[in-house]
Amino acid sequence: MEPVTAPSGAGAELRARRRISWGELGPRLVPALAVLTAVLFGGLFMVFSGTDWAAARAALAADGAGGFLRELGPGIGKAGVAYEAMVEGATGLGYIDPTSVRSQTTMVVLLRLGERAIVFLPDNLVATLVRSTPFLLAGLAVAVGFKAGLFNIGAEGQLYAGALLAVWIGFVPALANLPALLHIPLAVASGILGGAIWGGIAGFLKARTGAHEVINTIMMNHIAIRLADWLIKSREPLILLDTTASVPRTPFIAATAEYPRLGDTPLHFGILISLGAVALVWWFLYRTTLGFELRTVGANPNAAKYAGMSVTRNLVLAMAVSGGLAGLAGSGEVLGVQHNLPPGFFAGVGFDSIAIALLAKTNPIAMIPAAFLWGGLLNGAGLMQIRADISIDLVKIIQALIVMFVAADQIVRVIWRIRARRQEEEVVFSRGWGR
Amino acid sequence: MEPTPVLEVRGITKHFPGVLANDHIDFKLTKGQIHCMLGENGAGKTTLMNVIYGLYQPDAGEILVNGQPVSIHSANDAIRMGIGMVHQHFMLIPELTVTENIILGNEVTVGPFLNRRRAAAQIRELSERFGLPVDPAARVGDLPVGSRQRVEIIKALYRKADILILDEPTAVLTPQEAEDLFKVMRTLVEQGVSIVFITHKLKEVLAVADEITVLRDGRVAGVVQPEQATEASLASLMVGREVILQVEKEPREPGESILSVRDLRVIDDREHVAVDGVSLEVRSGEILGVAGVQGNGQTELVQALTGLRAVLSGQVFIAGQETTLATPRQVTELGVAHIPEDREKDGLVKSYPIVDNLLLNVYYQLPYARRMVIDDTQAADYARDVIQKFDVRTPSIYAQAGTLSGGNKQKMIVAREFSRPIKLLIAAQPTRGLDVGSIEFIHRQLVSIRDLGVAVLLVSAELDEIMSLSDRIAVLFRGRIIDTLPAATATREQLGLLMAGVHAQAA
Repeated sequence: MEPVTAPSGAGAELRARRRISWGELGPRLVPALAVLTAVLFGGLFMVFSGTDWAAARAALAADGAGGFLRELGPGIGKAGVAYEAMVEGATGLGYIDPTSVRSQTTMVVLLRLGERAIVFLPDNLVATLVRSTPFLLAGLAVAVGFKAGLFNIGAEGQLYAGALLAVWIGFVPALANLPALLHIPLAVASGILGGAIWGGIAGFLKARTGAHEVINTIMMNHIAIRLADWLIKSREPLILLDTTASVPRTPFIAATAEYPRLGDTPLHFGILISLGAVALVWWFLYRTTLGFELRTVGANPNAAKYAGMSVTRNLVLAMAVSGGLAGLAGSGEVLGVQHNLPPGFFAGVGFDSIAIALLAKTNPIAMIPAAFLWGGLLNGAGLMQIRADISIDLVKIIQALIVMFVAADQIVRVIWRIRARRQEEEVVFSRGWGR
Repeated sequence: MEPTPVLEVRGITKHFPGVLANDHIDFKLTKGQIHCMLGENGAGKTTLMNVIYGLYQPDAGEILVNGQPVSIHSANDAIRMGIGMVHQHFMLIPELTVTENIILGNEVTVGPFLNRRRAAAQIRELSERFGLPVDPAARVGDLPVGSRQRVEIIKALYRKADILILDEPTAVLTPQEAEDLFKVMRTLVEQGVSIVFITHKLKEVLAVADEITVLRDGRVAGVVQPEQATEASLASLMVGREVILQVEKEPREPGESILSVRDLRVIDDREHVAVDGVSLEVRSGEILGVAGVQGNGQTELVQALTGLRAVLSGQVFIAGQETTLATPRQVTELGVAHIPEDREKDGLVKSYPIVDNLLLNVYYQLPYARRMVIDDTQAADYARDVIQKFDVRTPSIYAQAGTLSGGNKQKMIVAREFSRPIKLLIAAQPTRGLDVGSIEFIHRQLVSIRDLGVAVLLVSAELDEIMSLSDRIAVLFRGRIIDTLPAATATREQLGLLMAGVHAQAA
């Protein structure tokens, strides 16, 4: 055998030390690096799609590598324009010619740079915030499930369950004369209740029979989505359909049930509710005895049992809290944005929230930037599509890459050379099948 | 000029993230000898053997077989060089027969078919030659542990191993079965096989070794001849300081009955009766040791007493109250402390900070929580206090429990269980896998809590531990208490026979 010699000398030691300091910071940066990596990959994608490959091949033959790189220029420029538009659409911060903006749009010029200027368009930021609100709540919902070791795929169905109850409380004529101070809380509470029942059923089935929550929640999704369709569209019997409307939807909710607007913007009370929910969920998980039990059941069910905690009760509780948060997200969209409920309204918000919970590593506070990022990507996509002539599909690809890099963070760890933590992470995403 | 060793390692070094598991280890195995590899858990014994067996690649160093440098990249390489290994946890398939298990991966075939008869004949021949009786047609799942071990050894010999590594082979055996194994080892070396025998039990080393290598912290602490060694000298080599092997214990008059079990029957996960009519009594201020080979119902007995497993029939009384159907919480609140058998699985939450682990069963009680809200300051004060009292070595009470060493994990569990008013302590395998220092500490704690008047039920597979700590010893065999003896007069031989199910009347 070839005798193996140990890496020797001061160089090795220095390398080891450098790796340790990176090793301490690295794991915390994984989600951010995942986003960065995804953006880089998305950029590569745009460069590929924006390059004239026939010209590039000809340039390579004529002028060698330099010519080839020159031909990549338009593609790189296109990627730059696209991301610039993405940022502008998402946050309102843009580097544009201020005269190109329509006069009725609010605009703050931050820094004039010749023809162009760095400007802030508050409408874009507001739109992103409104868009992020349901993701924030639904992401929290999924995270609470993860904390208890449960993979709640049912946020989508719980959104519908909450929205259905809330919209009904909102429009039912018997409550039309209720003052807003009672009507709004009642509608919100019924939204939470609807989601909590929907989630609680899946939790109860798991606790009582051991049926895996992934299957339960998927099926509960189907039931909720189809039930909403039927309730809204059915004419015979007539249940929730507004027969005067040209498209199938429920009647509009009473003005007394609408979330108040914050100023003269589309921004509504729901954003405050969702930020409050972040604080409340954090407090519940980390400060209360119920949260302690719930997390213990998630982190080590055997130890929880040993310590006298009821695993089954906590599974039901976790799914009910999770569903309640999703229900709150669903009712918020009805009470704050749409003011009625058409069929198929949520179209995947509940599924995206799984990705957001993963992006935030199930940390309630980190859910805020994660949801903002998600809402921003969606909101910025429109402008990106117009300015750089890039398909909205590309945004979806970038989102998928982000989730992939975060959820399968080994990929990012390999790319950025971050060692796996010696300790298992607190997050138990979900346990295997058949337990 | 000494003969060429059959196996030699030179300067083997193996790093794991944050640990130096093997640090320039030199080791020589002489042909036809039993070489004991002695060391505490974590000293690097298993790492070294896995390097030799090709499961790990060393960072530095070389391996020589019969004087030739070799490179071993897999278990297959090792087997080809005549190295066989019997792991601590058997690598057998219970559904298959002895023959099938032995020839697995090395089948004797006629065309596409197995030639079972020829394989069985070969196995019979091996079994006679080396004094390893097994029935080639028996299903492995039906065999007792001792026989399964023989199957593992034959499996290695069948692959023509002349260097045999036995990793903690006696952990699962009764003292008599261990004696039988030692006889087999003698026969093997007489026939030219060389053996590396890994253990942490000092008595065994002195009984069988031709030469002893002691490992400590990944280094060779010493190579000694058994004639020149004593248990005390080996222990201090292993630990690096003087060790008190005997626990100081004053005799004490036991008080009232705290735990009373009547005709308890419990079934295990496979629905077999694991505890079959156990009756016992533990009084305040006494330690009742439950001895027995692993897998004779100890686990299920402890789970039933602590409310973690349903009782089939019979009754349990704790401090005068019936707890047959009680939940774990109700049992705990009656003043029962439980040191669980599997501390990693049941006893702690690895991802939690130490403070949360210390609160694990009092988190909802005053003063740690008020109206369902946990009081962090109270919790932290309490945690700081008890980790100091119980000498849990950690940089902070907020360090994750998973980062602690095995000994400190167990100290943390003991700290948690002893820091509330208790009447009964149920300790299952409390020192399994711990270093000698932690074992000493836990032993002293067990005796001191008994001196405070707590009733202690000590379940352990380590006979020495049972004998040195208990006031009375009950021996569990196939779910029954076969006999209960006063510890003062019980002998190893007596207990060993009882553990094997032999009830020697008036012995």
